[in-house]
Amino acid sequence: MSGALARLGHWVDDRFPLSKLWNEHVAQYYAPKNFNFWYYFGSLALLVLVIQLITGIWLAMSYKPDAALAFGSIELMMRDVEWGWLMRYLHSTGASAFFIVVYLHMFRAFLYGSYKKPRELLWIIGMVIYFVLMAEAFFGYLLPWGQMSYWGAQVIISLFGAIPVIGEDLALWIRGDYVVSDVTLNRFYSYHVIAVPLVLIGLVWAHIMALHEVGSNNPDGIEIKYHKDPQGRPLDGIPFHPYYTVKDVVGMVVFLILFALVVFFAPELGGWFLEHNNFEPANPIKTPEHIAPLWYLTPYYAILRAIPDKLLGVLAMGVSIFILFLVPWLDRSPVKSIRYRGPLYRWALAIFAISFVALGYLGTQSPTEVLTWLARIFSITYFAFFFLMPFYTRWDKDKPVPERVTSK
Amino acid sequence: MGQGQTGAGAGHLQVRGGALAAALLAFVALGSRATPPPEIEVDVHDKASLQRGARLFVNYCLSCHSATYMRFSRLARDLDIPEAVAKQNLMFVSDKIGDTMQVSMNPREAETWFGVAPPDLSVLARARGVDWVYAFLTSFYRDPSRPNGVNNLMLRNTAMPHVLWELQGWQEPVIENKPDEAGQPVETVVGVELAEPGALGAEEFKAAVRDLVGFLAYVSEPAKPLRQRVGFWVLWYLAVFLAVAYLLKREYWRDVH
Repeated sequence: MSGALARLGHWVDDRFPLSKLWNEHVAQYYAPKNFNFWYYFGSLALLVLVIQLITGIWLAMSYKPDAALAFGSIELMMRDVEWGWLMRYLHSTGASAFFIVVYLHMFRAFLYGSYKKPRELLWIIGMVIYFVLMAEAFFGYLLPWGQMSYWGAQVIISLFGAIPVIGEDLALWIRGDYVVSDVTLNRFYSYHVIAVPLVLIGLVWAHIMALHEVGSNNPDGIEIKYHKDPQGRPLDGIPFHPYYTVKDVVGMVVFLILFALVVFFAPELGGWFLEHNNFEPANPIKTPEHIAPLWYLTPYYAILRAIPDKLLGVLAMGVSIFILFLVPWLDRSPVKSIRYRGPLYRWALAIFAISFVALGYLGTQSPTEVLTWLARIFSITYFAFFFLMPFYTRWDKDKPVPERVTSK
Repeated sequence: MGQGQTGAGAGHLQVRGGALAAALLAFVALGSRATPPPEIEVDVHDKASLQRGARLFVNYCLSCHSATYMRFSRLARDLDIPEAVAKQNLMFVSDKIGDTMQVSMNPREAETWFGVAPPDLSVLARARGVDWVYAFLTSFYRDPSRPNGVNNLMLRNTAMPHVLWELQGWQEPVIENKPDEAGQPVETVVGVELAEPGALGAEEFKAAVRDLVGFLAYVSEPAKPLRQRVGFWVLWYLAVFLAVAYLLKREYWRDVH
């Protein structure tokens, strides 16, 4: 049996680099041995991507991208299609889970300086993935055709209208109509199920290729390839398979337990994952009192609303996302990991994390005077983290970095 | 007796669950101002209650409100109602058990009669929440200025007549002078009180509305009991998987120093 299998393996290897690929990217890819909690989220993001792709295939079998039928097709799917409710909740929970995992993955990069040389391109590809993921979520959120779907899309598309000269035409071009309509729903469906997923898969592949070219960073922020044994294997590295495959499976099961708790026992998660008024069918002549995107986009929405001028608000929102691309060059510290950085960066990162979460919360709330004022303060601290980064990272009192990785 | 459902409960903060909110509870006090309806308990596993709710629904709601995504066959199966009984007692418009719960009223005519077409109730309990629906159904009060002669505490100037009046009787508004934003006293409806009793006592009526709201909660997600049952087994499976995966990881990592 194993003889036949081995012969088949050789037959394939003579025609396709199967073993070569496996070894290069899995079995002989050496990863630092000191990965901690924060290093689960890359493989978890991949898991969520697979969940979204597979459940999405089944959802598309019953969903009707038609303004008259869309809302009902989802309700009928949840009632009349065997396990249709499960596919739907897996997908809706997966959308939020994707952003939770990706935000933690990105925060890891800030903790350990994973965007710093030589990983600038890895970071930029990751940022493009994040940006494309936001687009994917935005397109997908229109599809249930509830009140929030409809008015959220209406508001966000209208933001393009703030751009001088071409704005209104651009918004019209995106919508395909003067208001969000059946035309918009059809094109968003097309983007959501085929165009954007193709781009996303390509980018994820590029992200992993770039990672394997430069090698993984680690909580100490030092390069393991400077210390190798006579065979050329990093002394502080271990093969990804089996060590990190078995470790990541543990992480995946823990994640799936939390995921299942939401899917099976709280799929709406109190309105955070499925908004209450999205169970009301879209009504183009009834504007809801309060419109907000789903939580993962609200930090930027809060920045937008914090600024009284629409064009400046849109501009600030654009900058708040774009500036993330520049982080590898804004950070002037010679040290990567927060373990060996001085107090300035630690404080800056803490304030940034608080600002981001606070803005996210404020973006979900109806604006009052006090809340808008708070959003302004947190917008300033958000931007200060980036704009002042070249200064405080240079002035910081960094600690000496060890030669070899430390365990724990 | 029959005192207002909504007058009390002010200052009760509406806190949405979720990880993001946890760190920011301090802001919630600043965020929400509206008075939420009182909380009620409904149990979508209580089949006797759901059956009573179904009977109320088909008798008092289904003549104007559809539940387009709910099939009678599913209803009969989930609520342990034999098909013949369901056909006889629940189905007045159609006799095909696989049909969905439609109304015979033409929506365009309905709009002429009521001003708006009565909304479909398939997922109303999910959109509004059971607390709101309960408070809405119990807080109709007499208001001669309205076309139907009634108004509602939860939905100001509602187009809906008080369809449960035979059961509940009639309520009168409790009016107080409250200062508006400019500080001028304005007559404000702060609650309701029962003026003419109906066929049911106050407590009986509340129980009946709870049955009806429970039924609406069931209709808004018939798969919920199955979802929770499956979830229980999924979690058991994952717990065993976790133990195996953890032991495997520990075994492999023994030689990493």
